[in-house]
Amino acid sequence: MTTAQWLGLITGIGFGFLLQKGRVLRFEKQVAAMLWKDMTILKFMLSAILVGMVGIMLMADAGTIKLAHKPMNLGAVLLGGAIFGVGWAVMGFCPGTSLGALGEGRWHAAFAIAGMLVGAGVYAALYPLLKVSVLAWADYGKIGLNDVLGVSPWLIVAFFWAGSIALFSWLEKKGV
Amino acid sequence: MKWKTKDGGWSPYLAGALLGFLAIASVYATTVLMGKTNFLGASTTFVRAAGFIERIFAPVYVSGNEYFTKEKVAIDWQFMLVIGIFIGALISSLTDRSFKLEGVPPIWKERFGPSIWKRAAGAFFGGIVAMFGARMADGCPSGHGLSGSMQLSVSGLLAVLLFFGLGMVMARIIYKRRQP
Repeated sequence: MTTAQWLGLITGIGFGFLLQKGRVLRFEKQVAAMLWKDMTILKFMLSAILVGMVGIMLMADAGTIKLAHKPMNLGAVLLGGAIFGVGWAVMGFCPGTSLGALGEGRWHAAFAIAGMLVGAGVYAALYPLLKVSVLAWADYGKIGLNDVLGVSPWLIVAFFWAGSIALFSWLEKKGV
Repeated sequence: MKWKTKDGGWSPYLAGALLGFLAIASVYATTVLMGKTNFLGASTTFVRAAGFIERIFAPVYVSGNEYFTKEKVAIDWQFMLVIGIFIGALISSLTDRSFKLEGVPPIWKERFGPSIWKRAAGAFFGGIVAMFGARMADGCPSGHGLSGSMQLSVSGLLAVLLFFGLGMVMARIIYKRRQP
């Protein structure tokens, strides 16, 4: 195996381990979050983002890394995001968590994985058609929220932290 | 704050924060060791895996398909990351005894009954729809939700709002029984 493959594997094992320890892989947790009954996955994701964004922004400021925004292609993100949400509720897994759910014994995830492979194949088959329709509507390029607002990214990071901590205390008070 | 949950897991704040550190370390390590900054993500791997499978039956189609060519059908860093997620979850669940064979989850059973075939159909067709959407949006809750948000990407923040928003609407429609 190459260095890249080893690095991916080791990072993935850590990723899967933490997803499982956070108990966010299983169908019950994913659907319960969508039903607003148990917000474990929201707490988990936001905590990861809060820590991650500080390190990533520090490295970007220092010039160690370059940010890699995904393009803000309006039609693609709006329509694709909505379609994903609909499928996610029925499936009860994310693409990444499906493999982890299989790893912790939830074998119905295998059907979800099979479906997602078909979905990827369908998308590839329809790509030439989508490229000249939905994907061609409006592309604002690789932009960050700080670029749009014209402020320092650190100001947004500070707001993100404050907002998340307020949200966490509200969720804990509600017991969800 | 409690560090352990009732089901023997770790506090989601703790596990999530550790994932944040892992994400930082991973971005740094890929930049230094591979010369290319990689962010956590999962859904492109399904394109590559679908390409491998389709190539067995239709090699000419796959090599000529624009999307497979763009995403490159190969076992790359992210492909191994996704395999690693399976192994990591297996190790974690076996060592803390939370590994459990489950064919039909409780919320599903309550709404649609114990039939494994109904659950299989839901997972399969939901999977087709979700992956189609994820590829159109160019990311999933990992690529957009975690990695996009960490970089303050407009696309990532907007995508994750739509994922959750539509997920909530759809979950309400399918899992809540209407009162007679």
